[in-house]
Amino acid sequence: MLDLLQKMFGKETIGSKDIAKERLRLVLVHDRINVSPQFMESLKDDMIKVISNYMDINEQEMEVNLTTSKSTVALVANIPVNRMKRGCTLED
Amino acid sequence: MGEVIVITSGKGGVGKTTTTANLGTGFALLGKKVVLIDADIGLRNLDVVMGLENRIVYDLVDVTDGNCRLKQALIRDKRYDTLYLLPAAQTRDKTAVSPDQMKQLCHDLAEDFDYVLIDCPAGIEQGFKNAIAGADKAVIVTTPEVSAVRDADRIIGLLESEGKEGPKLIINRIRPQMVKKGDMMDIEDIIEILAVDLLGIIPEDEYIVISTNRGEPAVANPVSMAGAAYKNIVRRLMGENVPLMNFDSQDGFIDKVKKMFGFGG
Repeated sequence: MLDLLQKMFGKETIGSKDIAKERLRLVLVHDRINVSPQFMESLKDDMIKVISNYMDINEQEMEVNLTTSKSTVALVANIPVNRMKRGCTLED
Repeated sequence: MGEVIVITSGKGGVGKTTTTANLGTGFALLGKKVVLIDADIGLRNLDVVMGLENRIVYDLVDVTDGNCRLKQALIRDKRYDTLYLLPAAQTRDKTAVSPDQMKQLCHDLAEDFDYVLIDCPAGIEQGFKNAIAGADKAVIVTTPEVSAVRDADRIIGLLESEGKEGPKLIINRIRPQMVKKGDMMDIEDIIEILAVDLLGIIPEDEYIVISTNRGEPAVANPVSMAGAAYKNIVRRLMGENVPLMNFDSQDGFIDKVKKMFGFGG
């Protein structure tokens, strides 16, 4: 019925496979984001290791999260810095 | 040592059991010694698809519980000398077997057989974990539908987290006419989304219904398109380089004749 109406008003009907593909793409973005707590912990630990080479950070207050909007996913980290490490700024 | 291959999908009804039956029969047609394990405990079906339902004495759980020897539970398919079935228990549930027991079982069978094919139950719970435990390789069956592809993606993730890398994909029940009209996702669409290797494509084929009714896998039928596609997959699993089936030539007279003589697909 919708197809018929679209045809009557001269609209190009797109194949439903494109709709399927786009819906699938979006649903998988969200599905794939459901990572385990262990995954997030191990990511956090690695981040701490790297960042600690450059600055002292407050590990207790640190927050690392994956956030999703309608079509994108972002890794958002909020890391309070206690102080910069002196040596690093001099090295190069 | 033979190769242990699990056939899985996540979603139910996409053709795992049909695929297991056809690949198994296909291997046997080429003279390979093959055993099919129905890992769907409580909902066994591979026996009826194979037409062997009247010959079951012992089942998988009888073997793991030690009620019988492994050899006693194997049913030999009288039509093909080298084809065997280990049926699932019907009156037990998935918790009757553990992943470690399945690993041992697969290991024991791989010593005697060229190929051990495991028909995995739908879902991602213990039945799935049991079915993949002893597998060297995984074959994922999907159909060109949003729900089936989504579940396949989940399964690929779970297989990876269990250390089973490089699963191969079978896209089942493709309807070339609908693909042509743009009303069904095509092979490229699905491969792009799932980012896995393609093992083969199976066209929608009425003969699958008929062959399931009869308990005779379609792969043994010379005119079934799906049967020919399964034959190709069997050869690919054996390491041969077989080009994908071309559905466009579906109705040509010459192709029909070729298929009759086993050259098609």
